[in-house]
Amino acid sequence: MTWIAQNLWLIPVLPLAASGVIAVNKQRQHKLAATLAIGSMVLAFLLSLCAFSATLIHHGESGVFREVAGFNWLQFGGQWLQLGWVLDPLTAIMLVMVSFVSLLIFIFSVGYMAHDENFTRFFCFMSLFAAAMLGVVIANNLLLFFVCWEIVGLTSYLLIGFWYHKPSAAAAAKKAFITTRIGDLGLLLGMVWLYAETGTLNFYADGHGCLESSALTAMVTHMTAAGMAVSTAIGLLIFLGAVGKSGQLPLHVWLPDAMEGPTPVSALIHAATMVAAGVFLVARVYPLMSAHPEGAAAETAALQVVTWVGALTAIFAASVAVAQTDIKRILAYSTVSQLGYMMLGLGVGGVAVGMFHLITHAFFKALLFLGSGSVIHGCHEEQDVRKMGGLKKFMPVTFATYAIGMLALAGFPLFFSGFWSKDEILHAAHGWPVSHIPFFLGCAGALLTAFYMTRQVALVFFGEYRSSGRQSAHSSSKTDKHEKSAPTHVGGYDGKGEPHESPAVMIVPLVILAVFAILLGFVGTPAWPWFDGFLNGEPAGFNFSKLTESGTLGLMLASAGFVFTGLGLGWWLYGKRQRKTAEEPDVLQVAQPAVFRLLENKYFVDEIYDATGVRFNAWAAQACDFLDRWIWGGVVMLVTWVTLGLSSLYRFTDEFVVDLGFDTGCETLREGGGEMSRWQNGRVQTYLRVIGVALVVLVLFLIWGRKT
Amino acid sequence: MTPLQGCLLVSALLFAIGLAGAVTRRNAILALIGIELMLNAANLNFIAFWRYGAHPEALSGMMVVIFSIAIAAAEAAVGLALIIAIYRHYKTTNLDQINSMKG
Amino acid sequence: MNLPWLTILTFVPLFGGIVVAGLGAEQRRLARGLALAFSLVGLAGALCLWKHFDAASGDLQFVEKHDWVPSLGIQYFLGVDGLSLLMVMLTAIVTPLAVLASGSMFDGKAGSLLAIHRSPLPAAGGVRGDGAHGVARPTQGGAHIFYALMLWLQAGLFGTFTALNFFHWFLFWELVLIPAFFLIKLWGGPKRGPAATQFFIYTMVGSVTLLLSFLAIRLATGSFDFIELADMAKRGEITAKLGEAIGWKAHIGLLVFFGAFLGFAVKVPVVPFHTWLPSAYAEAPGPVTMLLTGVMSKMGVYGFLRVLLPIFPEQIRLVLTPLMWLAVLTIVLSACAAFAQRDLKRILAYSSINHLGYCLLALFAVTGAATGVNQPELQKAAALNGVLLQMFNHGLTASALFLFVWLIEKRSGGLRGLEDFGGIRKVVPVFTGLMGIALFSSLGLPGLNGFVGEFLIFKGVFPLAPWAAALSTLGLLVTAIFLLTLIQRVFCGPLNGRWAQMPDLTLSERALVAVPIALMFVLGIWPQLVLGVIDLTVVKMVQQLNF
Repeated sequence: MTWIAQNLWLIPVLPLAASGVIAVNKQRQHKLAATLAIGSMVLAFLLSLCAFSATLIHHGESGVFREVAGFNWLQFGGQWLQLGWVLDPLTAIMLVMVSFVSLLIFIFSVGYMAHDENFTRFFCFMSLFAAAMLGVVIANNLLLFFVCWEIVGLTSYLLIGFWYHKPSAAAAAKKAFITTRIGDLGLLLGMVWLYAETGTLNFYADGHGCLESSALTAMVTHMTAAGMAVSTAIGLLIFLGAVGKSGQLPLHVWLPDAMEGPTPVSALIHAATMVAAGVFLVARVYPLMSAHPEGAAAETAALQVVTWVGALTAIFAASVAVAQTDIKRILAYSTVSQLGYMMLGLGVGGVAVGMFHLITHAFFKALLFLGSGSVIHGCHEEQDVRKMGGLKKFMPVTFATYAIGMLALAGFPLFFSGFWSKDEILHAAHGWPVSHIPFFLGCAGALLTAFYMTRQVALVFFGEYRSSGRQSAHSSSKTDKHEKSAPTHVGGYDGKGEPHESPAVMIVPLVILAVFAILLGFVGTPAWPWFDGFLNGEPAGFNFSKLTESGTLGLMLASAGFVFTGLGLGWWLYGKRQRKTAEEPDVLQVAQPAVFRLLENKYFVDEIYDATGVRFNAWAAQACDFLDRWIWGGVVMLVTWVTLGLSSLYRFTDEFVVDLGFDTGCETLREGGGEMSRWQNGRVQTYLRVIGVALVVLVLFLIWGRKT
Repeated sequence: MTPLQGCLLVSALLFAIGLAGAVTRRNAILALIGIELMLNAANLNFIAFWRYGAHPEALSGMMVVIFSIAIAAAEAAVGLALIIAIYRHYKTTNLDQINSMKG
Repeated sequence: MNLPWLTILTFVPLFGGIVVAGLGAEQRRLARGLALAFSLVGLAGALCLWKHFDAASGDLQFVEKHDWVPSLGIQYFLGVDGLSLLMVMLTAIVTPLAVLASGSMFDGKAGSLLAIHRSPLPAAGGVRGDGAHGVARPTQGGAHIFYALMLWLQAGLFGTFTALNFFHWFLFWELVLIPAFFLIKLWGGPKRGPAATQFFIYTMVGSVTLLLSFLAIRLATGSFDFIELADMAKRGEITAKLGEAIGWKAHIGLLVFFGAFLGFAVKVPVVPFHTWLPSAYAEAPGPVTMLLTGVMSKMGVYGFLRVLLPIFPEQIRLVLTPLMWLAVLTIVLSACAAFAQRDLKRILAYSSINHLGYCLLALFAVTGAATGVNQPELQKAAALNGVLLQMFNHGLTASALFLFVWLIEKRSGGLRGLEDFGGIRKVVPVFTGLMGIALFSSLGLPGLNGFVGEFLIFKGVFPLAPWAAALSTLGLLVTAIFLLTLIQRVFCGPLNGRWAQMPDLTLSERALVAVPIALMFVLGIWPQLVLGVIDLTVVKMVQQLNF
């Protein structure tokens, strides 16, 4: 076994230790916190590279390279529950991505959070997050996976609610935790079910793991009560966890709200890594999801659900993003939509397809979020795109990198990573035998993506700057929420200046990410599907002719067509005719007020949930409280009253029946005694007289008795 | 009239006199004397029933009477002592005034 | 050395209580010091037991068995297995914490809670809603009595957890009730009178039916010995003997079972026998609540494990389905009810019911016949291990949470309504952080102690009773909702100006809460520490149940 596989645990433990040390240190030690966090991330990144190179070296050998290690955690019924980690291409690629993106975002945060009073706490949480996320990635055990997964959820909660004094942030944090927890409960049930079925939670363990063929065969043949294979049922429960974490329909509501957190958090957690954990989970348990009996269709029910959920989420979120005005919310919905693509890719094309988009998306979405952070920062905490405009000339580097990210996200052909990964998904969707609808939904989503990103970029970077600096701090209700805005400013902001470019510590990560946003696409083109080969353990040859095959080429052209349509439409509506003021209604709003309103309000999903789930919960709480107070409590009261009533009855009987009789008896006796005592008058001669009379009477009686 | 009847008559008379004395006299000593008379009436009865009874040779009546006389003597002694004690306490022997034993 | 360790362990606090009670009313510090010393001796004793306990054997250890009243089949019979040991340990840990936490109750000249604040606080609002009473009340005097009662409570708990003969087990079981009653009645909140009475009557009714049931069993079998009775039950003799001795063969077993069940169900508590709990917990002073929730509520579950499951498995199987529903109901209803509460202590009290509900769920599930389940023994062992762990963890976490509420009450002058605070994280960051850890532990966050027990319970219960397990996850969800709501309302949002001067935890307070917090981490990361000790006991229990 390679050294790195043996010591893979070091990767998450390093940031964990950093987080622990930061937590126990004083709040003021900013430098120490940043150094520790970044230092540990650098080490983790280097180790990840190590792990990655190990998989690279073994790539091309027979089958997928995979090494596992484990330790005994706890014992029950005389058996040990083993936890452990696995090093395989999937892990390796995620490790590199997570640690690298985290590292860049850590560096960016040093600038962005420089003046926040809770700087150290921020790095403590971020390190903890990175540790947990890396733990998720290396876990070879669903339980360990779940443990880290939940800690990821916790850090997400802590970071969304980082500015806890804002009620909206506190509420968003709670919403995020609870919404994802709904999914987690599905995951928990799936996990215990899997455990019960296979007797192990280890993914891979030399043929005994729950994702290996013997366990899978047992599960596909075992039917549940509903006539569904156990593997499918478990797969669906586990998918529920992914739905929660990855913001898929119908549990997507938390993700846009999560933008209440600081921007680096949004970038790291809610774009690049954490939300991808759900996709990663599906990729990890893909063997389970795709397990099907010999001879049955490969498109299992579980995968079909994944596909449909993904496709619907993709189009749903993309359409919502069209009508949003908050720069981060647009990106948030775009994230939801892209996650939908990943799910779609997993469902129709397998691990490599979904994961490829995950990796490319991580880079360009982190880039976009950090870019938006830079924009927000430069515009003095303004988040409303209607109040921006013309930033191109104020922030050239940010603009350039942002444009790259936007083109990658939109899937601009050939030169940007998003094109290749999305194209692969659409390709796979096109070939999906079950239905063509996901493919069409995906295409429509691609068009919308290009459209809303163009809209955003046009509104933010082109035209004239629409917000006068004097009012910028107070001009919208959104900014009011940012009470912390003032301390986060770096550079020479004097309260009324124009937008400015961000400092180098924030720009450099942007540039690096931009480079990757372009380059990464080339590892997975149809001509050189290295990424597929790497994950599936097959060598990948360079074959240019694949690119020009009629099917591939046609699809590429089609998707390029959709992208160009979207870009053109966006530019025509928003770029050419720039809005003049911030208050002007949106072009679409004028054209289609009803549709726009629907989209602007995110199809009223939040409201529907408020009216159903939340209200039901409140109702249930009241009902239980009522039950407690009046039904159970009422029974108790009833018993009390009955007891009291009986006691009163007894008291009445005692006082007025028993006591009365007794008293009367006593009184009579006493009076009788008094009466009798008069006979004893102390006169001896009276007694004597009585005796005499008695004697006479006795004698007479005897005589009389004798006679009869 | 047989001798027995005569004896009984005398003793009844004696008893009646004693009872009348004991009941009517206010003086404790006289009352005591009355009681003595009644006792002696009883003794007389014993003697009479013994002397004219079925077994005059058995001396049982005589025995009882002798006992009774002894007891009467003791009783008289105790009674007189009581009377003296009462007299010392109440400065009187009038029985009507000695009624502190009433209930 | 063959000293009667368990007897000594029980009698140290009993004796300590007598010593402390003999002090003068003015010797507050001495009383507290002595109580602390005696409880620490108890802790040391428990640690000794833990150390010398042979984890490689699931048998009873440190057994003491002497004839007491032979004609009635009464023996003085003590012993510990993993279960008892764990509970003794929990008692030994929580009691010193409670004694330490009670320190401020008797400080200050006026003996008033308010006196500990240097900063003048505005007069608090009146009584509002359910028990979120605002006015700090002067504590009653009599520190020596308070501490004596605490020690007696501890002695009763030690006795209950080590006794194996019904006779003196029941004695201790009742002995616990009396100090608890007085502690609530004399030092409780404004509604302490009704709360204490309700608590007493409720538990008393349960105890009476329990006693009747055992008298019936004694009549039928001639034994009070738990171990002997369990063996008889395993051979299926008890029901038959009950039928012979009392008649009414068809139902007598169930009747006797219900009597005993009621006794334990009230103590746990099981919905709908739980209504005494929220008010008792809310009205009792913080340190007493710590003991009530930390250890006393475990007596019920302990009773289920030690008495009900081994002796009445047949009967439990007969009514298994309703019992499972009752457990699910306990979990879900109490969680929902907690969400509706506005008083921090009542929220935590309901949460306490909720957590013990998982124990019940597992307890009933393992009694089932488990036909058609993979490796039923393993699942049952997992569930029972989970129960034991959950008991310990809940004892730790819940008492820590009540300790935090107590600390916050001290700062707010008795206020503890959900809406009374807001944004205090800004002024008391350390407090927030540590209480947050405890809250997340209660919520079952992996990495902290609460998770492992719940996971093992679900792992074991799911194969045995999938639907009950699935429904119970609702409880997990609602728990998350109300605990996060608590965090949101109390700690987050804009700072309530009234608490701008609230002092953060002092060093001694930090040291105090550090103990349970550290244990939460240790047990969350290394649960084998406990599981290693209890596993064989659990295996033996499972064998006992398998027939």
